[in-house]
Amino acid sequence: MKKKIWALALGGIVGISAVLGGCGGKSGSADAGEVYVYNWGEYIDEEVISMFEKETGIKVIYDMFETNEDMYPVIEAGGRTYDVVCPSDYMIQRMVENNMLAELNFDNIPNVDQIAPEYMERSKSFDPENKFSVPYCWGTVGILYNTSMVAPEDVPVRWSDLWDEKFRGEILMQDSVRDAFMVALKSLGYSMNSDSRGELEEARDLLIQQKPLVQAYVIDQVRDKMIGGEAALGVIYSGEMLYIQEEVAAQGLDYNLEYVIPEEGTNVWIDSWVIPANAKNKENAEAWINFMCRPEIAKMNFEYITYPTPNQGAFELLDEELQNNKAVFPDLDSLDNCEVFKYLGDEVDTIYNDLWKEVKSN
Amino acid sequence: MSKKLLSGPYLVWMAGFIVIPLILILYYGLTDKTGAFTLANIVSIATAEHSKALWLSLGLSFVSTVICLALAYPLAMILRRRNVGKGSFVVFIFILPMWMNFLLRTLAWQTLLERNGVINGILTALRLPPQSLINTPGAIILGMVYNFLPFMVLPIYNVLCKIDDNTINAAQDLGANFWQTLTRIWFPLSVPGVISGITMVFVPALTTFVISNLLGGSKILLIGNVIEQEFTRGSNWHLGSGLSLVLMIFILASMALIAKYDKNGEGTAF
Repeated sequence: MKKKIWALALGGIVGISAVLGGCGGKSGSADAGEVYVYNWGEYIDEEVISMFEKETGIKVIYDMFETNEDMYPVIEAGGRTYDVVCPSDYMIQRMVENNMLAELNFDNIPNVDQIAPEYMERSKSFDPENKFSVPYCWGTVGILYNTSMVAPEDVPVRWSDLWDEKFRGEILMQDSVRDAFMVALKSLGYSMNSDSRGELEEARDLLIQQKPLVQAYVIDQVRDKMIGGEAALGVIYSGEMLYIQEEVAAQGLDYNLEYVIPEEGTNVWIDSWVIPANAKNKENAEAWINFMCRPEIAKMNFEYITYPTPNQGAFELLDEELQNNKAVFPDLDSLDNCEVFKYLGDEVDTIYNDLWKEVKSN
Repeated sequence: MSKKLLSGPYLVWMAGFIVIPLILILYYGLTDKTGAFTLANIVSIATAEHSKALWLSLGLSFVSTVICLALAYPLAMILRRRNVGKGSFVVFIFILPMWMNFLLRTLAWQTLLERNGVINGILTALRLPPQSLINTPGAIILGMVYNFLPFMVLPIYNVLCKIDDNTINAAQDLGANFWQTLTRIWFPLSVPGVISGITMVFVPALTTFVISNLLGGSKILLIGNVIEQEFTRGSNWHLGSGLSLVLMIFILASMALIAKYDKNGEGTAF
């Protein structure tokens, strides 16, 4: 979900090669048409694209976006129509509310039964009848800590541990409004989708109070700074965990980085495939979604992206060690008081932004 | 006729990339989301968050400009005294890093200043206590000075080169000592370059948001950061444009300063 800055640059190359690959490999039935895919940067194993083309004869035109907010106006303007897009939860809700999505014909997507039911259940918070979206990746947000800098008795268990004086200058916070407020709201026991000005102001005051303890507000750099031992605690997206664990092992570091989902609950995010209402090749798009739900394909994508897959079939194909890696696949019952981000409307968005500015300028 | 044809592309360029965007910013800055006229976006500079960010930006860029001037003037004098070949080689060395991307150079400073970075590594090796260097106002000033110093050196160097040796010799023949020559001859004659250098450092330092993000850990909010966030994350282009218009006042003031002191365009950088 939070992709690296350089993903965009790489993404351009992947995009070009995907299109070129599509032009060259004219195997299968020639007039199966095309499908315009719009996905996050670095969010698919490229091999999967050519496998899809070879098998179906459908030519894939693959483009990438960097944030939900970048993607939305492109779909809204409709200058270039896409057949299948992969936004996050709250953005899907916004698109549903603005009638921008087409209902999926699940007769064309039989593999949807590979998606574990709990993810379909969670998707209902943004797609109430499971009519518009099929989950692709998911994850949580939690606290990453450095075992050599945090004493065993100080291991963080709840968000409020990020307000501990002991960690002055040792904390990395997420530099994005909703993520930062999620931490404060959750530690106050409020919903992270709160739209009450009073609750949000309390959260603001808490964040201002935390500011002297924070080393830096960063997004993608949390990962590298934590690996480099720059800070003791960092708020991070769980999708980075496999990379971090591999990197710590590869560099032979004398500390470990452990991931905790705080007790107060956290943000569970889901990125799902949807079909825009103005799609020109709806059936091809459904074939694409169906292909993505196939366990072997979902497994290939998981191994490339390393963000947890909601695909039960793919999960069962993984090594047992990986299946039991709680940082990647947390126990679902530990997610009881977790929530999915909701789109709160432009007015509430403005309140969030203004309060965040007050935190930052303080 | 043919002259008009030749100027065509430049007119299109100026209209398309300078005049029209400026008009758009003016339009956005003076309207609200419904498109009605308002001064609220401009007046909002007075709110606590915005004015604090503005003063902080003014303060940091002022300090950076002073440091740049203090470093650049002696350097430009040294460069001028070298004979032509050597002097221009040093200037070349000076410009060389500018061929590398500005972002990469600033990121490199991050690696140098980090807690486990190069500088602290050296300090620890010398058994000195490590310092917290990054994410401080000092780190931001360092980033500004490092990135903008060439813009101060080059205009001053250019102006100094144009001063005739005979003028200096005459001053010395008439009994002026070093300080008198410096304050009465060198400096007054180099004012156009100094003013141009000050502007070329102060304006980008005032509006930067990248340096404060990378070296300030996003903890220090400058006016450039406020504007950037209004455009990207807050998606309130009206407020962002309004604040840009306020900043433009400072930029226009410095351009007026140039126009006053540098009538012949002597102090240009290249």
